[in-house]
Amino acid sequence: MRIYCTDMEGTEKELVATEEWSVMEIIREGGIPILAQCGGSCACATCHIYVDPAWKSKIPEPTEEEIGMLDGAFEVTQDSRLACQIIFNKNLDGMKIKLGPGSI
Amino acid sequence: MTGNMEQSPISTDAIIIGAGPVGLFAVFELGLNDVKCHLVDILDRPGGQCAELYPEKPIYDIPAVPVCTGAELTERLLEQITPFHPHFHFGQMAERLEKTPEGKWRLTTDSGTILEAPVVVIAAGGGSFVPKKPPIKGIDAYEGKSVFYSVRKMEEFRDRKLVIAGGGDSALDWVINLQPIAKHITLVHRRDEFRAAPDSVMKMRALVAEGAMDLKIANITSVLGEGGMISAVELHDEHKAHHNLACDRLLAFYGLTMKLGPVAHFGINLHENLIPVDTATFETNVATIFAIGDINTYPGKMKLILSGFHEAALMAKKVFAYIHPDRRYRFQYTTSSSDLQQKLGVSEAA
Ligand SMILES: Cc1cc2nc3c(=O)[nH]c(=O)nc-3n(C[C@H](O)[C@H](O)[C@H](O)COP(=O)(O)OP(=O)(O)OC[C@H]3O[C@@H](n4cnc5c(N)ncnc54)[C@H](O)[C@@H]3O)c2cc1C
Ligand code: FES
Repeated sequence: MRIYCTDMEGTEKELVATEEWSVMEIIREGGIPILAQCGGSCACATCHIYVDPAWKSKIPEPTEEEIGMLDGAFEVTQDSRLACQIIFNKNLDGMKIKLGPGSI
Repeated sequence: MTGNMEQSPISTDAIIIGAGPVGLFAVFELGLNDVKCHLVDILDRPGGQCAELYPEKPIYDIPAVPVCTGAELTERLLEQITPFHPHFHFGQMAERLEKTPEGKWRLTTDSGTILEAPVVVIAAGGGSFVPKKPPIKGIDAYEGKSVFYSVRKMEEFRDRKLVIAGGGDSALDWVINLQPIAKHITLVHRRDEFRAAPDSVMKMRALVAEGAMDLKIANITSVLGEGGMISAVELHDEHKAHHNLACDRLLAFYGLTMKLGPVAHFGINLHENLIPVDTATFETNVATIFAIGDINTYPGKMKLILSGFHEAALMAKKVFAYIHPDRRYRFQYTTSSSDLQQKLGVSEAA
Protein backbone atom coordinates (compact mmCIF):
# COMPACT_ATOMS: atom_id res chain seq x y z
CA MET A 1 0.00 0.00 0.00
CA ARG A 2 1.12 3.52 -0.76
CA ILE A 3 0.54 7.15 0.00
CA TYR A 4 1.79 10.09 -2.04
CA CYS A 5 3.37 12.95 -0.13
CA THR A 6 4.38 16.30 -1.61
CA ASP A 7 7.16 18.00 0.36
CA MET A 8 7.64 21.72 1.00
CA GLU A 9 9.58 22.07 -2.27
CA GLY A 10 6.66 20.64 -4.21
CA THR A 11 8.20 17.25 -5.01
CA GLU A 12 5.87 14.28 -4.77
CA LYS A 13 7.18 11.04 -3.32
CA GLU A 14 5.56 7.63 -3.15
CA LEU A 15 5.74 6.18 0.36
CA VAL A 16 5.20 2.63 1.55
CA ALA A 17 2.30 2.70 3.99
CA THR A 18 1.72 0.25 6.83
CA GLU A 19 -1.68 -0.34 8.38
CA GLU A 20 -2.14 1.02 11.90
CA TRP A 21 0.81 3.39 11.53
CA SER A 22 0.11 7.08 11.71
CA VAL A 23 0.62 9.09 8.55
CA MET A 24 3.35 11.03 10.43
CA GLU A 25 5.29 7.79 10.99
CA ILE A 26 4.82 6.78 7.36
CA ILE A 27 6.23 10.12 6.22
CA ARG A 28 9.16 9.90 8.63
CA GLU A 29 9.95 6.27 7.72
CA GLY A 30 9.72 7.22 4.05
CA GLY A 31 12.65 9.57 4.51
CA ILE A 32 10.82 12.88 4.16
CA PRO A 33 11.98 15.23 6.91
CA ILE A 34 9.11 16.15 9.23
CA LEU A 35 9.65 17.81 12.61
CA ALA A 36 6.97 15.93 14.57
CA GLN A 37 8.57 17.18 17.76
CA CYS A 38 6.17 15.53 20.18
CA GLY A 39 6.57 12.14 18.55
CA GLY A 40 2.91 11.80 17.66
CA SER A 41 1.19 12.90 20.85
CA CYS A 42 -0.95 15.68 19.39
CA ALA A 43 1.06 18.16 21.42
CA CYS A 44 3.17 20.21 18.99
CA ALA A 45 1.46 20.78 15.59
CA THR A 46 4.80 20.25 13.81
CA CYS A 47 3.32 17.44 11.71
CA HIS A 48 0.87 19.73 9.87
CA ILE A 49 -0.26 18.39 6.48
CA TYR A 50 -2.94 19.16 3.89
CA VAL A 51 -5.06 16.19 2.86
CA ASP A 52 -6.20 16.10 -0.76
CA PRO A 53 -9.91 17.02 -0.62
CA ALA A 54 -10.81 13.85 -2.55
CA TRP A 55 -9.56 11.76 0.38
CA LYS A 56 -10.98 13.76 3.26
CA SER A 57 -14.25 11.85 3.52
CA LYS A 58 -12.36 8.56 4.08
CA ILE A 59 -10.65 9.84 7.24
CA PRO A 60 -12.38 10.17 10.60
CA GLU A 61 -13.11 13.78 11.61
CA PRO A 62 -10.44 15.45 13.76
CA THR A 63 -11.01 15.44 17.51
CA GLU A 64 -11.46 18.67 19.48
CA GLU A 65 -7.91 18.19 20.73
CA GLU A 66 -6.51 18.03 17.20
CA ILE A 67 -8.49 21.07 16.05
CA GLY A 68 -7.18 22.97 19.07
CA MET A 69 -3.61 21.88 18.46
CA LEU A 70 -3.82 23.11 14.86
CA ASP A 71 -3.82 26.63 16.35
CA GLY A 72 -0.07 26.09 16.67
CA ALA A 73 0.35 25.47 12.91
CA PHE A 74 0.42 28.05 10.13
CA GLU A 75 -1.72 28.68 7.07
CA VAL A 76 -4.32 26.28 8.38
CA THR A 77 -7.14 25.55 5.93
CA GLN A 78 -10.17 23.23 5.72
CA ASP A 79 -7.75 20.54 4.49
CA SER A 80 -5.30 20.88 7.37
CA ARG A 81 -4.69 17.90 9.64
CA LEU A 82 -2.03 16.67 12.04
CA ALA A 83 -0.38 13.69 10.35
CA CYS A 84 0.16 11.91 13.66
CA GLN A 85 -3.59 11.81 14.26
CA ILE A 86 -4.48 9.99 11.04
CA ILE A 87 -4.09 6.25 11.36
CA PHE A 88 -3.52 4.55 8.04
CA ASN A 89 -5.83 1.75 6.89
CA LYS A 90 -6.39 0.05 3.57
CA ASN A 91 -9.16 2.50 2.59
CA LEU A 92 -6.46 5.18 2.47
CA ASP A 93 -4.30 3.28 -0.04
CA GLY A 94 -3.26 5.85 -2.66
CA MET A 95 -4.07 8.91 -0.51
CA LYS A 96 -2.43 12.20 -1.49
CA ILE A 97 -1.12 14.63 1.11
CA LYS A 98 1.12 17.67 1.22
CA LEU A 99 3.38 18.89 4.02
CA GLY A 100 2.16 22.11 5.60
CA PRO A 101 4.07 25.10 7.02
CA GLY A 102 5.54 24.41 10.41
CA SER A 103 6.27 20.75 9.68
CA ILE A 104 9.94 21.14 8.78
CA MET B 1 15.38 40.88 35.08
CA THR B 2 18.22 43.31 34.70
CA GLY B 3 18.49 43.44 30.93
CA ASN B 4 21.90 42.65 29.54
CA MET B 5 23.91 44.06 32.43
CA GLU B 6 26.69 41.62 33.28
CA GLN B 7 26.57 40.50 36.88
CA SER B 8 29.36 39.20 39.11
CA PRO B 9 30.07 35.50 38.56
CA ILE B 10 28.41 32.86 40.71
CA SER B 11 30.66 29.91 41.52
CA THR B 12 29.39 26.37 41.76
CA ASP B 13 30.53 22.78 41.09
CA ALA B 14 28.41 21.98 38.06
CA ILE B 15 26.31 24.05 35.67
CA ILE B 16 23.35 22.15 34.25
CA ILE B 17 21.88 23.52 31.03
CA GLY B 18 18.25 22.47 30.88
CA ALA B 19 15.84 21.79 33.73
CA GLY B 20 13.88 19.03 32.00
CA PRO B 21 13.37 15.70 33.77
CA VAL B 22 16.93 14.63 33.04
CA GLY B 23 18.53 17.89 34.22
CA LEU B 24 16.45 17.62 37.39
CA PHE B 25 17.48 14.05 38.11
CA ALA B 26 21.10 14.98 37.45
CA VAL B 27 20.85 17.24 40.53
CA PHE B 28 20.01 14.15 42.56
CA GLU B 29 22.83 11.97 41.29
CA LEU B 30 25.33 14.81 41.55
CA GLY B 31 24.05 15.68 45.01
CA LEU B 32 24.72 12.15 46.27
CA ASN B 33 28.27 12.71 45.03
CA ASP B 34 28.67 16.03 46.86
CA VAL B 35 28.47 18.08 43.69
CA LYS B 36 26.47 21.30 43.92
CA CYS B 37 24.52 22.59 40.93
CA HIS B 38 23.01 25.60 39.28
CA LEU B 39 20.49 25.05 36.48
CA VAL B 40 19.61 27.34 33.59
CA ASP B 41 16.45 27.04 31.49
CA ILE B 42 14.84 29.36 28.98
CA LEU B 43 11.42 28.22 30.22
CA ASP B 44 10.00 29.98 33.24
CA ARG B 45 9.57 26.72 35.15
CA PRO B 46 11.13 23.25 35.51
CA GLY B 47 10.09 20.11 33.61
CA GLY B 48 11.22 20.68 30.01
CA GLN B 49 9.05 18.81 27.51
CA CYS B 50 7.01 17.22 30.33
CA ALA B 51 5.96 20.68 31.55
CA GLU B 52 5.68 22.46 28.23
CA LEU B 53 4.30 19.84 25.86
CA TYR B 54 2.34 17.36 27.96
CA PRO B 55 1.75 18.40 31.58
CA GLU B 56 -1.67 16.71 31.62
CA LYS B 57 -0.81 13.61 29.58
CA PRO B 58 0.06 10.28 31.19
CA ILE B 59 3.47 8.57 31.15
CA TYR B 60 3.43 4.80 31.71
CA ASP B 61 7.07 3.78 31.41
CA ILE B 62 8.79 5.28 34.41
CA PRO B 63 10.07 2.26 36.36
CA ALA B 64 7.94 1.56 39.44
CA VAL B 65 5.57 4.43 38.65
CA PRO B 66 2.74 2.73 36.74
CA VAL B 67 1.31 6.08 35.67
CA CYS B 68 1.95 9.77 36.24
CA THR B 69 1.42 12.91 34.16
CA GLY B 70 4.20 15.15 32.86
CA ALA B 71 3.39 17.68 35.58
CA GLU B 72 3.38 15.00 38.30
CA LEU B 73 6.73 13.61 37.18
CA THR B 74 8.20 17.11 37.39
CA GLU B 75 6.73 17.69 40.86
CA ARG B 76 8.09 14.38 42.14
CA LEU B 77 11.56 15.06 40.76
CA LEU B 78 11.54 18.48 42.43
CA GLU B 79 10.58 16.84 45.71
CA GLN B 80 13.31 14.24 45.30
CA ILE B 81 16.03 16.85 44.75
CA THR B 82 15.02 19.29 47.51
CA PRO B 83 17.69 17.98 49.92
CA PHE B 84 20.33 19.26 47.49
CA HIS B 85 19.02 22.84 47.25
CA PRO B 86 19.57 23.38 43.54
CA HIS B 87 19.62 26.97 42.26
CA PHE B 88 17.46 27.67 39.24
CA HIS B 89 17.90 30.43 36.69
CA PHE B 90 14.66 30.40 34.74
CA GLY B 91 13.64 32.45 31.74
CA GLN B 92 17.27 32.62 30.63
CA MET B 93 19.04 31.27 27.59
CA ALA B 94 22.46 29.73 28.21
CA GLU B 95 24.20 31.69 25.54
CA ARG B 96 27.99 31.68 25.74
CA LEU B 97 30.46 29.17 27.13
CA GLU B 98 34.12 29.97 27.54
CA LYS B 99 37.15 28.95 29.60
CA THR B 100 38.35 31.26 32.36
CA PRO B 101 42.09 31.82 32.89
CA GLU B 102 41.82 29.46 35.91
CA GLY B 103 40.51 26.70 33.64
CA LYS B 104 36.91 26.79 34.79
CA TRP B 105 33.87 27.07 32.52
CA ARG B 106 32.12 30.41 32.41
CA LEU B 107 28.54 30.37 31.18
CA THR B 108 26.79 33.64 30.38
CA THR B 109 23.04 33.84 29.92
CA ASP B 110 21.08 36.28 27.79
CA SER B 111 20.10 38.20 30.91
CA GLY B 112 23.68 38.62 32.03
CA THR B 113 23.88 35.92 34.71
CA ILE B 114 27.40 34.49 34.85
CA LEU B 115 28.01 31.05 36.28
CA GLU B 116 31.45 29.54 36.79
CA ALA B 117 32.16 25.88 37.46
CA PRO B 118 34.69 23.17 36.67
CA VAL B 119 31.99 21.03 35.03
CA VAL B 120 29.12 21.65 32.59
CA VAL B 121 26.28 19.18 32.08
CA ILE B 122 24.25 19.75 28.94
CA ALA B 123 20.73 18.41 29.47
CA ALA B 124 19.25 20.51 26.69
CA GLY B 125 16.81 17.86 25.48
CA GLY B 126 15.19 18.62 22.15
CA GLY B 127 16.74 22.07 22.34
CA SER B 128 15.69 25.33 23.90
CA PHE B 129 12.01 26.24 23.81
CA VAL B 130 11.61 29.33 21.66
CA PRO B 131 8.54 30.97 20.10
CA LYS B 132 7.30 29.59 16.78
CA LYS B 133 7.76 32.13 14.04
CA PRO B 134 5.15 32.43 11.32
CA PRO B 135 6.49 31.50 7.86
CA ILE B 136 5.84 34.99 6.49
CA LYS B 137 8.28 36.23 3.85
CA GLY B 138 10.54 39.02 5.03
CA ILE B 139 9.25 39.01 8.63
CA ASP B 140 12.83 38.73 9.99
CA ALA B 141 13.47 42.35 9.05
CA TYR B 142 10.75 43.46 11.50
CA GLU B 143 11.59 41.17 14.42
CA GLY B 144 12.64 42.99 17.54
CA LYS B 145 11.67 46.35 15.99
CA SER B 146 7.94 46.19 15.42
CA VAL B 147 7.18 42.44 15.43
CA PHE B 148 7.57 40.54 18.70
CA TYR B 149 6.97 37.01 19.96
CA SER B 150 7.02 37.86 23.64
CA VAL B 151 6.58 40.91 25.83
CA ARG B 152 9.72 42.06 27.60
CA LYS B 153 8.58 45.62 28.29
CA MET B 154 4.91 46.55 28.28
CA GLU B 155 5.86 50.18 27.55
CA GLU B 156 6.86 49.10 24.05
CA PHE B 157 3.14 48.83 23.30
CA ARG B 158 1.83 51.99 24.94
CA ASP B 159 -0.26 54.09 22.54
CA ARG B 160 0.39 51.59 19.75
CA LYS B 161 -2.02 50.28 17.18
CA LEU B 162 -1.41 46.68 18.04
CA VAL B 163 -2.26 43.40 16.35
CA ILE B 164 -2.05 40.33 18.57
CA ALA B 165 -2.09 36.95 16.81
CA GLY B 166 -2.97 33.62 18.38
CA GLY B 167 -5.70 31.83 20.30
CA GLY B 168 -4.09 30.51 23.46
CA ASP B 169 -3.45 31.81 26.95
CA SER B 170 -0.46 33.97 26.00
CA ALA B 171 -2.40 35.80 23.30
CA LEU B 172 -5.42 36.39 25.54
CA ASP B 173 -3.42 37.35 28.63
CA TRP B 174 -1.58 40.01 26.65
CA VAL B 175 -4.77 41.25 25.01
CA ILE B 176 -6.19 41.82 28.49
CA ASN B 177 -3.00 43.31 29.95
CA LEU B 178 -2.16 45.59 27.06
CA GLN B 179 -5.67 46.76 26.19
CA PRO B 180 -5.63 49.57 28.80
CA ILE B 181 -2.35 51.07 27.52
CA ALA B 182 -2.44 50.36 23.77
CA LYS B 183 -4.12 52.82 21.43
CA HIS B 184 -6.04 49.99 19.84
CA ILE B 185 -5.87 46.20 19.81
CA THR B 186 -7.06 43.76 17.18
CA LEU B 187 -6.86 40.08 18.07
CA VAL B 188 -6.41 37.90 14.99
CA HIS B 189 -7.09 34.19 15.27
CA ARG B 190 -7.85 31.54 12.67
CA ARG B 191 -11.13 30.42 14.26
CA ASP B 192 -13.70 31.78 16.63
CA GLU B 193 -12.69 29.44 19.42
CA PHE B 194 -9.92 29.86 21.96
CA ARG B 195 -7.83 27.35 23.88
CA ALA B 196 -7.39 29.52 26.93
CA ALA B 197 -8.68 29.98 30.46
CA PRO B 198 -12.47 30.47 30.18
CA ASP B 199 -12.20 33.59 32.32
CA SER B 200 -9.77 35.24 29.86
CA VAL B 201 -11.99 34.31 26.91
CA MET B 202 -14.94 35.96 28.68
CA LYS B 203 -12.96 39.11 29.40
CA MET B 204 -11.78 39.35 25.80
CA ARG B 205 -15.31 38.84 24.45
CA ALA B 206 -16.59 41.53 26.81
CA LEU B 207 -13.97 43.99 25.50
CA VAL B 208 -15.03 43.19 21.94
CA ALA B 209 -18.71 43.65 22.84
CA GLU B 210 -17.95 47.03 24.45
CA GLY B 211 -16.13 48.12 21.30
CA ALA B 212 -12.87 48.45 23.26
CA MET B 213 -11.04 46.14 20.84
CA ASP B 214 -11.55 44.15 17.65
CA LEU B 215 -11.51 40.45 16.92
CA LYS B 216 -10.79 39.21 13.40
CA ILE B 217 -11.12 35.58 12.35
CA ALA B 218 -8.39 35.19 9.75
CA ASN B 219 -4.81 34.11 9.03
CA ILE B 220 -2.04 36.67 8.71
CA THR B 221 -0.44 36.08 5.32
CA SER B 222 2.02 38.96 5.05
CA VAL B 223 3.39 42.02 6.77
CA LEU B 224 3.75 45.42 5.11
CA GLY B 225 6.05 48.24 6.10
CA GLU B 226 9.48 49.68 5.63
CA GLY B 227 12.81 49.71 7.44
CA GLY B 228 11.64 47.18 9.99
CA MET B 229 8.59 49.24 10.92
CA ILE B 230 5.33 47.49 10.23
CA SER B 231 2.42 49.51 8.79
CA ALA B 232 -0.15 46.76 8.20
CA VAL B 233 -0.76 43.04 8.18
CA GLU B 234 -2.52 41.30 5.34
CA LEU B 235 -5.35 39.07 6.47
CA HIS B 236 -6.84 36.12 4.64
CA ASP B 237 -10.25 35.09 5.94
CA GLU B 238 -12.09 31.80 5.50
CA HIS B 239 -13.86 33.08 2.39
CA LYS B 240 -10.38 33.54 0.92
CA ALA B 241 -10.82 37.32 0.88
CA HIS B 242 -7.70 39.38 1.50
CA HIS B 243 -7.59 42.72 3.22
CA ASN B 244 -5.09 44.90 5.01
CA LEU B 245 -5.25 45.90 8.64
CA ALA B 246 -3.20 48.94 9.61
CA CYS B 247 -1.02 48.58 12.73
CA ASP B 248 2.37 49.65 14.07
CA ARG B 249 3.14 46.63 16.27
CA LEU B 250 2.52 42.91 15.85
CA LEU B 251 2.71 40.43 18.72
CA ALA B 252 2.42 36.83 17.56
CA PHE B 253 1.81 33.88 19.92
CA TYR B 254 1.78 30.55 18.09
CA GLY B 255 3.27 28.46 20.87
CA LEU B 256 6.82 27.23 21.36
CA THR B 257 9.12 25.00 19.37
CA MET B 258 12.44 23.38 20.24
CA LYS B 259 15.60 24.71 18.58
CA LEU B 260 19.15 23.61 19.39
CA GLY B 261 20.19 27.24 19.83
CA PRO B 262 23.48 28.49 21.32
CA VAL B 263 24.70 25.02 22.35
CA ALA B 264 25.67 24.64 18.69
CA HIS B 265 28.45 27.21 19.26
CA PHE B 266 29.91 25.78 22.47
CA GLY B 267 32.73 24.13 20.54
CA ILE B 268 31.71 20.53 21.17
CA ASN B 269 31.23 17.93 18.45
CA LEU B 270 27.73 17.62 17.07
CA HIS B 271 26.16 14.94 14.92
CA GLU B 272 22.86 15.98 13.29
CA ASN B 273 22.20 18.46 16.09
CA LEU B 274 22.89 15.86 18.78
CA ILE B 275 25.96 15.54 20.99
CA PRO B 276 27.98 12.31 20.69
CA VAL B 277 29.11 10.99 24.08
CA ASP B 278 31.19 8.24 25.63
CA THR B 279 28.66 5.81 27.09
CA ALA B 280 30.77 4.98 30.13
CA THR B 281 30.73 8.56 31.40
CA PHE B 282 28.48 10.61 29.09
CA GLU B 283 31.33 13.03 28.61
CA THR B 284 31.48 14.82 25.26
CA ASN B 285 34.62 15.16 23.14
CA VAL B 286 35.55 18.08 25.41
CA ALA B 287 36.71 16.93 28.86
CA THR B 288 34.52 18.17 31.76
CA ILE B 289 31.55 18.86 29.45
CA PHE B 290 28.89 16.16 29.68
CA ALA B 291 25.67 15.60 27.73
CA ILE B 292 22.71 13.58 29.02
CA GLY B 293 19.08 13.03 28.03
CA ASP B 294 17.49 13.67 24.64
CA ILE B 295 20.34 15.92 23.48
CA ASN B 296 22.97 13.17 23.30
CA THR B 297 23.56 10.36 20.83
CA TYR B 298 25.38 7.04 20.95
CA PRO B 299 24.83 3.64 19.35
CA GLY B 300 21.48 2.32 20.54
CA LYS B 301 20.29 5.59 22.08
CA MET B 302 16.59 5.76 22.91
CA LYS B 303 15.08 9.14 23.70
CA LEU B 304 13.33 8.03 26.86
CA ILE B 305 13.24 9.58 30.28
CA LEU B 306 14.56 6.39 31.85
CA SER B 307 17.62 6.42 29.58
CA GLY B 308 18.35 9.97 30.72
CA PHE B 309 18.12 8.92 34.37
CA HIS B 310 20.65 6.12 33.81
CA GLU B 311 22.94 8.51 31.96
CA ALA B 312 22.78 10.96 34.88
CA ALA B 313 24.02 8.30 37.33
CA LEU B 314 27.05 7.39 35.22
CA MET B 315 27.81 11.03 34.47
CA ALA B 316 27.78 11.86 38.20
CA LYS B 317 30.40 9.22 38.95
CA LYS B 318 32.86 10.83 36.53
CA VAL B 319 32.00 14.34 37.71
CA PHE B 320 32.79 13.25 41.28
CA ALA B 321 36.32 12.43 40.16
CA TYR B 322 36.71 15.93 38.70
CA ILE B 323 35.25 17.81 41.65
CA HIS B 324 36.77 15.70 44.43
CA PRO B 325 40.04 14.42 42.95
CA ASP B 326 41.43 13.74 46.41
CA ARG B 327 38.57 11.42 47.39
CA ARG B 328 38.01 7.79 46.39
CA TYR B 329 34.70 7.03 44.72
CA ARG B 330 32.65 4.71 46.87
CA PHE B 331 29.74 2.73 45.42
CA GLN B 332 26.86 2.82 47.90
CA TYR B 333 23.14 2.11 48.13
CA THR B 334 20.75 4.75 49.44
CA THR B 335 19.02 1.93 51.36
CA SER B 336 22.00 1.10 53.49
CA SER B 337 24.48 3.97 53.37
CA SER B 338 24.20 6.25 56.38
CA ASP B 339 26.42 8.69 54.52
CA LEU B 340 23.95 8.98 51.60
CA GLN B 341 21.01 9.06 53.99
CA GLN B 342 22.56 11.97 55.80
CA LYS B 343 22.83 13.86 52.52
CA LEU B 344 19.19 13.09 51.82
CA GLY B 345 18.22 14.30 55.27
CA VAL B 346 16.60 10.97 56.16
CA SER B 347 19.09 9.55 58.65
CA GLU B 348 18.66 9.94 62.38
CA ALA B 349 22.00 11.68 62.57
CA ALA B 350 20.80 14.35 60.12
C1 LIG C 1 4.07 14.43 24.18
C2 LIG C 1 5.27 13.65 24.64
C3 LIG C 1 5.10 12.45 25.30
C4 LIG C 1 6.22 11.75 25.76
N1 LIG C 1 6.03 10.57 26.44
C5 LIG C 1 7.10 9.92 26.96
C6 LIG C 1 6.93 8.71 27.70
O1 LIG C 1 5.81 8.21 27.86
N2 LIG C 1 8.05 8.12 28.22
C7 LIG C 1 9.31 8.63 28.05
O2 LIG C 1 10.27 8.06 28.56
N3 LIG C 1 9.48 9.76 27.35
C8 LIG C 1 8.41 10.41 26.79
N4 LIG C 1 8.60 11.54 26.06
C9 LIG C 1 9.99 12.02 25.85
C10 LIG C 1 10.50 12.74 27.08
O3 LIG C 1 9.64 13.82 27.42
C11 LIG C 1 11.90 13.23 26.81
O4 LIG C 1 12.72 12.11 26.62
C12 LIG C 1 12.42 14.04 28.00
O5 LIG C 1 11.66 15.21 28.18
C13 LIG C 1 13.87 14.41 27.77
O6 LIG C 1 14.30 15.10 28.91
P1 LIG C 1 15.52 16.10 28.87
O7 LIG C 1 15.63 16.62 30.26
O8 LIG C 1 16.67 15.43 28.23
O9 LIG C 1 15.10 17.25 27.87
P2 LIG C 1 13.83 18.25 27.77
O10 LIG C 1 12.66 17.72 28.48
O11 LIG C 1 13.73 18.54 26.31
O12 LIG C 1 14.34 19.55 28.54
C14 LIG C 1 15.42 20.30 28.05
C15 LIG C 1 15.33 21.70 28.60
O13 LIG C 1 16.53 22.41 28.26
C16 LIG C 1 16.20 23.74 27.94
N5 LIG C 1 17.27 24.30 27.13
C17 LIG C 1 17.86 23.76 26.04
N6 LIG C 1 18.86 24.55 25.59
C18 LIG C 1 18.90 25.61 26.43
C19 LIG C 1 19.72 26.78 26.49
N7 LIG C 1 20.71 27.00 25.62
N8 LIG C 1 19.46 27.66 27.48
C20 LIG C 1 18.47 27.47 28.38
N9 LIG C 1 17.67 26.38 28.36
C21 LIG C 1 17.90 25.46 27.40
C22 LIG C 1 14.87 23.63 27.22
O14 LIG C 1 14.18 24.85 27.26
C23 LIG C 1 14.18 22.50 28.01
O15 LIG C 1 13.36 23.00 29.04
C24 LIG C 1 7.52 12.25 25.57
C25 LIG C 1 7.68 13.46 24.90
C26 LIG C 1 6.57 14.16 24.45
C27 LIG C 1 6.76 15.46 23.75
S1 FES D 1 3.82 15.00 16.04
FE1 FES D 1 3.30 16.54 17.46
S2 FES D 1 1.23 16.96 16.97
FE2 FES D 1 1.77 15.41 15.57
